Amino acid sequence: MAHFPKPAEGSWTEHFPQLGTAPVSYSDSNSADHYELERDAIFRRTWLNVGRVEQLPRTGSYFTRELDAARTSVVVVRTADGGVKAFHNICRHRGNKLVWNDFPREETAGTCRQFTCKYHGWRYGLEGDLNFVQQESEFFNFDRADYGLAEVQCEVWEGFVFVNLDPDNTESASDYLGDLGAGIVGYPFERMTQVHKFRAEVGSNWKLFIDAFAEFYHAPVLHAKQAVAEESRKLSGYGFEGLSYDVSGDHGMVSSWGGMSPPKDLNMVKPIERILRSGLFGPWDRPDIGLDELPPGLNPARSPSWGIDTFVFFPNFMLLVWAPNWYITYHYWPTSYRSHIFEGTLYFVPPTTARERLAQELAAVTFKEYALQDGNTLEATQSMLETGAVTEFPLCDQEILLRHLHQTARGRVSAHQERLGATPVRISAAS
Amino acid sequence: MSAVLPAEFADLERFADWSLRTEAERYAKRLASSMDELQEFYDAAFPRLEAAMEHCDQYPLDALPDDAKRLLWLCYSLVNASFPVEVWRQARVPDSGAASMDAVIEPAI
Repeated sequence: MAHFPKPAEGSWTEHFPQLGTAPVSYSDSNSADHYELERDAIFRRTWLNVGRVEQLPRTGSYFTRELDAARTSVVVVRTADGGVKAFHNICRHRGNKLVWNDFPREETAGTCRQFTCKYHGWRYGLEGDLNFVQQESEFFNFDRADYGLAEVQCEVWEGFVFVNLDPDNTESASDYLGDLGAGIVGYPFERMTQVHKFRAEVGSNWKLFIDAFAEFYHAPVLHAKQAVAEESRKLSGYGFEGLSYDVSGDHGMVSSWGGMSPPKDLNMVKPIERILRSGLFGPWDRPDIGLDELPPGLNPARSPSWGIDTFVFFPNFMLLVWAPNWYITYHYWPTSYRSHIFEGTLYFVPPTTARERLAQELAAVTFKEYALQDGNTLEATQSMLETGAVTEFPLCDQEILLRHLHQTARGRVSAHQERLGATPVRISAAS
Repeated sequence: MSAVLPAEFADLERFADWSLRTEAERYAKRLASSMDELQEFYDAAFPRLEAAMEHCDQYPLDALPDDAKRLLWLCYSLVNASFPVEVWRQARVPDSGAASMDAVIEPAI
C-alpha cells in the first residue's frame, strides 16, 4: 500500500517518540477558559509573523496589526535607517489608540513622517520618540524623553516581519524558528511580490484550521468534487501519503508530492486548467527565480515527485513553498475560543504578460474554492467538539503535525501555569 | 454606446457586464447567475480565451489599453465562472454552506 518509504521505526509518528501514538484530547479547542490561558501563554510569549518587508517599501511606511489574542494592537514601521520597528499602538498621554482611520478596530497602513495622535495632537517620530506635546508647559515635571512609544521586540527573518510581545524574551526570531527555519534560508521570497490575499472569519478554534491545512489526509475526500470525476476516483484510491515529515522544537513540516503541475495526463484536469496551464498547484510554466538548487530544508527527501512543502511555524504562521516557484502564507488570528480570522496570501513572481497573469488568477481562485470547503467544515467540527460527547480522537500517521501542534500548545499553557504557580491543566497521556 | 471590448471581440460585447475589475464583483456576479447564464457566458467566452490572451499580449501587461484591460477582466470572470460550469453544476462550491472568503489584496491589473 505504501507509496513512499517511512522511517525505520515503522511510522513518522514513532520516529518522534515524544509525540506518543494514543488518541488526542481536543479539550484545548472547545473552552473559553483554556483560550484565555493560551492568550497569555502563547500569543503574548512567542514570535508572531505580522507581515512582509514589502509592505514597508520606504521610510515612514507603516501598517497596524490587531492582535486580539495577544490583547494588543501594534504598529510596525520602516525607520529612517532602513530598519523595522514595532510599537504598542497606544499614545503615551492618555491611552488613545495612536494609528487608525475611521474605525478604531480596523487595521490600516500608509506612509507618514511621524505619528500624530488624533486626540490631543501628540506627535511621535518613526523611532518612537515623543517629538511634540500640545501645550507642553501645562504638564508637571515633564520630560518628553520619558514618554516615547512602548516598543515591542521586532525582527525580520527572510523578509518576514515578526514581533514578540514578551518583554523578557531573549531568543531571536531565527533561533525560535530553529532548524526548520534555517533549512529554508536563502529561498528567494523577495522575488515573489505579486500578492493575492484572502481573508475569512471562521467559526472555529484557531488550531482546527491549522489542523485542516497541516494534513492532506482529508484532501481526496473533502475536495473530491473539485476534480474531474475520473481523477477524483483515482485520488480517493491512492489516499494521501507525505513524502516526509519533520518536527523540531515547536514547529513541524510535511513534504508532499505534486504531480499536477504540470499533470502527466492532460485529460485528468479541467479545460480551463489545460488552456491556462495552471491549477491548484500553481502555474505549470515555472518562472526563473535564480536558484541553482533548493535550500536543504525544501524537498528534504529530494524526491522527483515533490510538489509542495508545508511548514507549521508555531503558533499561527504557516508557509507553503510550491515546486513551481511560488508560495503561500496562512495566518490564524484568534478572536475567541470558537472564532478566528483566517488570512491566506499567495505570492507569485510578478507576471509580465496577460497569459501569465491569467495562470496566476486561476491558481488564486482555485485556492479560494478549496479553502471555502475547508472553512465550512471547521464550523461543523467546532460545534460537535463543544458538545463534549466525545473528547479523545485517534490521529493517524499522516496527522502527525496535528498531534505535535496540540502537544506544543498544551505544553506552552502548562509551562505558563507553572510559572504562575497555579495547578497545571490536566494533560491527557496522548497530548 | 461605445464598445467596452476591442473591436475583434465584438462577439463578446453582449457579455460586457462580466468585465469586472475586482474578484469580489466577479464572484458576486457568479453567485447571482443561474447555471444557464453561466453556461451561456462560458460557451461564448471559453473558445475566445486563447485569442484574448494573444490580443492582450501584444502589449506589456502594465501598459494595456483600456479596452484590452476590460477584455482581461472578462477573462478573469471566465476563470471564476469555469468552476460551476466545468465541474460543480452549481454556482457555489459544494459543501461550503454560508462560508465566505474575501479578496482583500489583489493585483491592480
